[in-house]
Amino acid sequence: MAAEPRPIGPEPNHARRFGAIWVIATLIATPLVVVLVGPILPPGNGSEQAAGHVTDNTVLLAMATPVLLLVLIYLIYASIYFRQPRGGALEGPPVRGNSRVQSTWIVVTSLLVLSLAIYGTVRLESDYGAGSGSGPNPLTVPSGPKLPVQVIAQQWAFTYRYPTYGGVETPHLVLPVNQMIELHVTSLDVIHSFWAYQLGVKADANPHVDNVAFVKPTKLQTFNIRCAELCGIWHGEMSDLGHVVSGPAFNTWIHQQVVAFAPATKVLPPYSTTYLPEPTRRGE
Amino acid sequence: MSLLVKKLLGVGTAVAVLGVLIGLYIASWATSFPQSVAAVSSPVSAGTGGSQLTLETVAAIGPKYSPSHPDWVSYLVKSHGKWVRSTIYTVPANSIVHVTLYQYDGATGLRNPFLSQVQGTVGGTVTVDGKTVNAIDPEEASHTFVVPQLGVFVPLPGVPEEAKNQCEFAPCEGAAHRTIEFSFRTGKKGRYRWQCFVPCAAGWLNGNGGPMQTLGYMDGFIDVV
Repeated sequence: MAAEPRPIGPEPNHARRFGAIWVIATLIATPLVVVLVGPILPPGNGSEQAAGHVTDNTVLLAMATPVLLLVLIYLIYASIYFRQPRGGALEGPPVRGNSRVQSTWIVVTSLLVLSLAIYGTVRLESDYGAGSGSGPNPLTVPSGPKLPVQVIAQQWAFTYRYPTYGGVETPHLVLPVNQMIELHVTSLDVIHSFWAYQLGVKADANPHVDNVAFVKPTKLQTFNIRCAELCGIWHGEMSDLGHVVSGPAFNTWIHQQVVAFAPATKVLPPYSTTYLPEPTRRGE
Repeated sequence: MSLLVKKLLGVGTAVAVLGVLIGLYIASWATSFPQSVAAVSSPVSAGTGGSQLTLETVAAIGPKYSPSHPDWVSYLVKSHGKWVRSTIYTVPANSIVHVTLYQYDGATGLRNPFLSQVQGTVGGTVTVDGKTVNAIDPEEASHTFVVPQLGVFVPLPGVPEEAKNQCEFAPCEGAAHRTIEFSFRTGKKGRYRWQCFVPCAAGWLNGNGGPMQTLGYMDGFIDVV
């Protein structure tokens, strides 16, 4: 037996009521999210670039919070006020062609996405690539002195070359604090990716490509280095620890490396932004 | 029995047989892990202590040790007086491991000459045919024995091209070879990977496929226990 239709009383103004709830929730939640969650967002504040990532992630979170609240509050509101009465089989009338809702939706989402695209582009270039690889000719280059360090990837290890210290190559990455570093990332074989997590650096290591990334470490720390591109059986083991040390400690360390690796330095090819490794007799 | 039931039975049987075959293949693959070989204790009378690993590198493993890939370049390890194809070695923690390596392969050369310098061994040197060196000519490298996490980098020079009696495939006893000896210190317990850094896998992309990416040939683990 079909249920009797429920008598319909005067409907409240759902849009106004829902809008008020959403605005109040947004005004409360967004500052809380920014203040409480923002500071613990990855990758931390190990460098100017990493701190910039934290800022960007906080902005994204702040913009996403109202959208998330909109969806959640609507679900809860609808499940309370628009639920089907028990035993009822009524359906609301179909809604077709509400140009006001459609236009609002298109305009708001377009503005949101476009503003994020503009924000991202400006942030990327104002921060000299924001720690990412910018190719051999970066659009923006920081002024002032920079310490060039070459990151050489091969299956399955990273090594590092310091061209301003006689081109010495070492298996360790040590950087001075508060010094702009100009990383030149390349590979001797397949595609790798150099990822220094706490420094906010991630740059593809491609053979025959000089991928430049800038980073300025801002605190003494040990940071994780990983390969972020699946590169073969030992990809998961292609990790290491790097260190940010004081200027004097760096000078001491680099001069120790120059002495320790003098035999290898003698047989290294002259410093170059990329290498065409020989030999390939077996691999041809 | 209706035609439909017969068809269903036929398809079901075929699927079951295929499933069993796939299962057997996966089981075979999963259980084909190389056996672990323990380093033997060095005689105290030798005054060195620690443990001893005796290794061998060959240009082709041969059908005796690898019927499926007889032409793959490989390491072998001596276990109870016999050569065994394994690249998983067990060594004691916080001790010295003495390695004697018989190198039967020719030179390929290092992709990165930096690895031609010996690192992480006791004294920072190796002994090649009785001569102590701290680096080799990168063009003469045939293979390397590298344990990155332990900081051990040992380049292995190849047998000269003009040498007579070159070994074609294992076993290689009596053939032309280089003898490399070195020692390294182990640290805390753990599993450490080791690998060859010379692109020595003939015919593979960048010389780094096949035996370079298969346990039991040119890479493996050092189990420090």
